[in-house]
Amino acid sequence: MEMRSSLRRVQGLGSAKEGVGHWWAERLTSMALVPLVLWFMASAVFLVGANHAAFKAWVGSFGNGLMLVLFIIALFHHAQLGLQVVIEDYVHGETAKMALLIAVKFAFFFIGAGSVSAVLHLAFGN
Amino acid sequence: MSTRSRPRSPHLQIYRPQITSILSIAHRLTGVVLAAAALLLTYWLASAAYGPESFARAQAFFGHWFGRLILFGVTFFLFYHLCNGIRHLLWDIGWGFELPRLRSSGVVVVVASTVLTVLIWFAPYIVAGKL
Repeated sequence: MEMRSSLRRVQGLGSAKEGVGHWWAERLTSMALVPLVLWFMASAVFLVGANHAAFKAWVGSFGNGLMLVLFIIALFHHAQLGLQVVIEDYVHGETAKMALLIAVKFAFFFIGAGSVSAVLHLAFGN
Repeated sequence: MSTRSRPRSPHLQIYRPQITSILSIAHRLTGVVLAAAALLLTYWLASAAYGPESFARAQAFFGHWFGRLILFGVTFFLFYHLCNGIRHLLWDIGWGFELPRLRSSGVVVVVASTVLTVLIWFAPYIVAGKL
């Protein structure tokens, strides 16, 4: 005889609204990246061949610094989510898959944090 | 249980390439390449954070024909992934699943990303007053 309640039985089995977490995060970051990419590409036009002082001044302005940090966070989060799907689809060995997933997640978090830190250094450092 | 090894779907070798499937795999491919290209952004910012000499080296690399070739490719991949990403978002809200619209929106994506790439590569010359 089944002693557990129906609720107990399904708990931990279904998505409980978290199964779409990856999908949802991918969409949110992609929506954010539409204006951010257009802003970045338009800005890059004016930074072709810029010297260090001009670049530092550009990064150091409040609006640009803010947009850059938003761009970096959305970009690296989105990239890492996308690579996760590709790895899960094409790498079949469980050990290799896990190792690659962990490596990619760590690498993108590290590089993303490094990029933000570079922006902060340019804006506030001397 | 003995089963004959049957051909499994998707059997890519015998599928006729179609705009839908080509653009789909291209979205993945460009995504992976762009993830790697994000390192160029980090290199650019980090070189500036290190100081004027390293930033000058980075700018020289991006200004070199080889650096420009890479950036041109990345630009096209970026605009393709952006335009096709918008196409994906439209599908997510239920727009454009009919076959003719699926094909025409694919053509729009390829044309738009090409035009955007060419335009943005002309823009610096206009800014510099050389055109």
